[in-house]
Amino acid sequence: MFLTLKTAVAAVALSAVASTAFARDLVINFDDLNPGPKKGFEDAVAQFKAENPDINVIVNINDREAHKTAIRNFLTADAPDVTSWYPGNRMAPFVDAGLFQPVDDVWEENGFGEDLAAIKATMSRDGKIWGVPYSYYQWGIYYRKDVFDLLGLEEFATWDDMLAGCATMKENGVTPFTIGTKFLWTAAGVFDYINLRTNGYDVHNALTAGEIKYTDDRIKATFNNWKQLIDECGFVENHASMSWQDAIAPFANGDAAMYVMGNFSVDGYKNAGLTEDQIDFMPFPIIDPDVPLAEEAPADAFFIPTNAKNVEDAKKFLAFVARPDVQTQWNATIGQLPINSKADVSDNKFIQEGFALLNSATGLAQFYDRDAPAEMAKAGMEGFQEFMLDTSKMDAVLQRLDEVQVEVYN
Amino acid sequence: MADIAHTRPSPGWVKRNKLAIAPWIFLIPALIFFAIYVVIPIFESLWLSLYEWNGLYNAAGESTAVWVGFDNYVKLWSDPNFWTSLRNNLAWLILYMLAVPLGLFIALFLNQTVTGMRFYKSMFFFPFVISQVVVGLIFGWFYNPDFGVVGTIWKAIFCEETTNILGNTTFRCARPVPDILSSPDWATYGIIAAGLWPQVAYCMILYLTGLNNVAADQIEAARLDGAKGWKMLWYVVIPQLRPATFIAVVVTVIGALRSFDMIAIMTQGGPFGSTNVLAHYMYEVAISEYGERYGYGSAVASVLFAIMLVYISYFLWRMYQDEKDAR
Repeated sequence: MFLTLKTAVAAVALSAVASTAFARDLVINFDDLNPGPKKGFEDAVAQFKAENPDINVIVNINDREAHKTAIRNFLTADAPDVTSWYPGNRMAPFVDAGLFQPVDDVWEENGFGEDLAAIKATMSRDGKIWGVPYSYYQWGIYYRKDVFDLLGLEEFATWDDMLAGCATMKENGVTPFTIGTKFLWTAAGVFDYINLRTNGYDVHNALTAGEIKYTDDRIKATFNNWKQLIDECGFVENHASMSWQDAIAPFANGDAAMYVMGNFSVDGYKNAGLTEDQIDFMPFPIIDPDVPLAEEAPADAFFIPTNAKNVEDAKKFLAFVARPDVQTQWNATIGQLPINSKADVSDNKFIQEGFALLNSATGLAQFYDRDAPAEMAKAGMEGFQEFMLDTSKMDAVLQRLDEVQVEVYN
Repeated sequence: MADIAHTRPSPGWVKRNKLAIAPWIFLIPALIFFAIYVVIPIFESLWLSLYEWNGLYNAAGESTAVWVGFDNYVKLWSDPNFWTSLRNNLAWLILYMLAVPLGLFIALFLNQTVTGMRFYKSMFFFPFVISQVVVGLIFGWFYNPDFGVVGTIWKAIFCEETTNILGNTTFRCARPVPDILSSPDWATYGIIAAGLWPQVAYCMILYLTGLNNVAADQIEAARLDGAKGWKMLWYVVIPQLRPATFIAVVVTVIGALRSFDMIAIMTQGGPFGSTNVLAHYMYEVAISEYGERYGYGSAVASVLFAIMLVYISYFLWRMYQDEKDAR
């Protein structure tokens, strides 16, 4: 056994040496070690290898947080040919420093302008397109179907429905929303949704681009709605000392009935002992019927560093990951949504609902902390947390965010 | 005679200066590392604090930093987070000093001959042995309003156990459980209390060794003169513990300034930056996920360095004076 293993290793090593002699190397850095995402990526790479036997693909998979640090070095020091990263403002520092190269030609040759239309704006900066996305997921309200059934509640279509529903829940001793704001970003999800429903996608973009102030009447209206949500619905106590995973506990126990979250949280609910019959998904309700519906849908993408050695094959790989069949397979494995509109989705009910939701959306926001620059995002999310703990501080918080905004955007 | 001079050439420079050179040879490795890891970075960060830089190099490997002069310091002046951090640093320094008298009293209490005293002593010393990270985690759980000791006791007094709509056990509280680490007013004190636990242990062990060296004849003489209780402690014992007190104060100040790890574990500077201290704020601004402002972070570091410099200078001066007296 040991001998055969040894010979196998030797054979692999030999073939690797041999292949480098004639094949071209393609180095890909990927950023998720969790079993699902890792398998999705590795399967796709295996397929790519099978289709392109002359390319010698070398894969480096790193942990998500480690990747965030490492990319700042390897883009300059030892650039791979392809790396995973996030669109929106998260790619901005690297684009501005000239560390990514534009891939407009990949989009043009493969007709991505049409198939990936929803995401094009987020992948663009300075009039050029910088990467190709392979997956995204929806945000919305995850709720306890069994609690809703007991209280005779239906999915809320409008803001007023929701406030009325919250009143019913509170009468019966159920806290409407759970949330854990210890790491801040969860509060940004709630803010984004209220803002998208109050003012729409353009205001979201203008705000995160620093074009309108936080003390603007439209943003104040968002905060007033949020205040109403806190007063009339309400979140679990002690949310500032909980992570998003901690906040699942009251949800699983039936103390809280709803959770504004991304689809990645479904695994968490199931691990907490909930079954698919007990939980369900609804889009965030409509506040102003005149505002077209836009949704949060953070995407994951691949980029080509400027220092890439094998740009030709890197572009081949980018074209490959956006193909409908590849995206179908990949996202079925990782339980997320394909971005290519020609791809198929798996029959999981959350994926189905998310697919319907995002296909009908007029705009896709990445997320507050991906659309706004890091410094603004940090101050903004701290402000959201402060506001959630004490809504009377609203004006002071908005004033402070205006000051930060002036510093950040010029 | 001339022949003899030839056969015994005058010793070489190295040999002649052997005594002067030897200490330097032993010091060189330490000096090299001290320079690389301490001295040069100090000047680098002072220099960097005059730039605006997100830590990136462009594709050609050139830094993307932009010279901004003293802009970062001007920004610091009007940054409320900076002032919060500075105020918290001060709170740490002052409240951490409680470790010195507390350590002294525990040491006095433990300085008796009872069977099993060694065991009690080691139990009191235990928190200093475990890592700060572990202390932070333990206290984080201790304060937790849902499953911590604080929450459990509070629930026993102010809450009643009921079942919720699904029939699962839950609590209804007359007054909400205090959430110490999420309260902008109390979180810093909560962390300082956690930090005091190991620090008191450290001061205690310093005083215990000091008490071993207290001269028995002086105690005896004082007793003959009628001193006892507080007077004995204040006029006879404490003056003899002066070296121990000095070291206890020094390590406590250092401990207060090193408070980074406790904060990183327990609150990450939150809620909304109200438990930051300068060291953690610097990390947050420069290195954390939403930071990447190295120039600004360096400016924070420079201010912290300036403050510590005052203390370090005083400390070195004291040491120097003591050594001079000792000679």
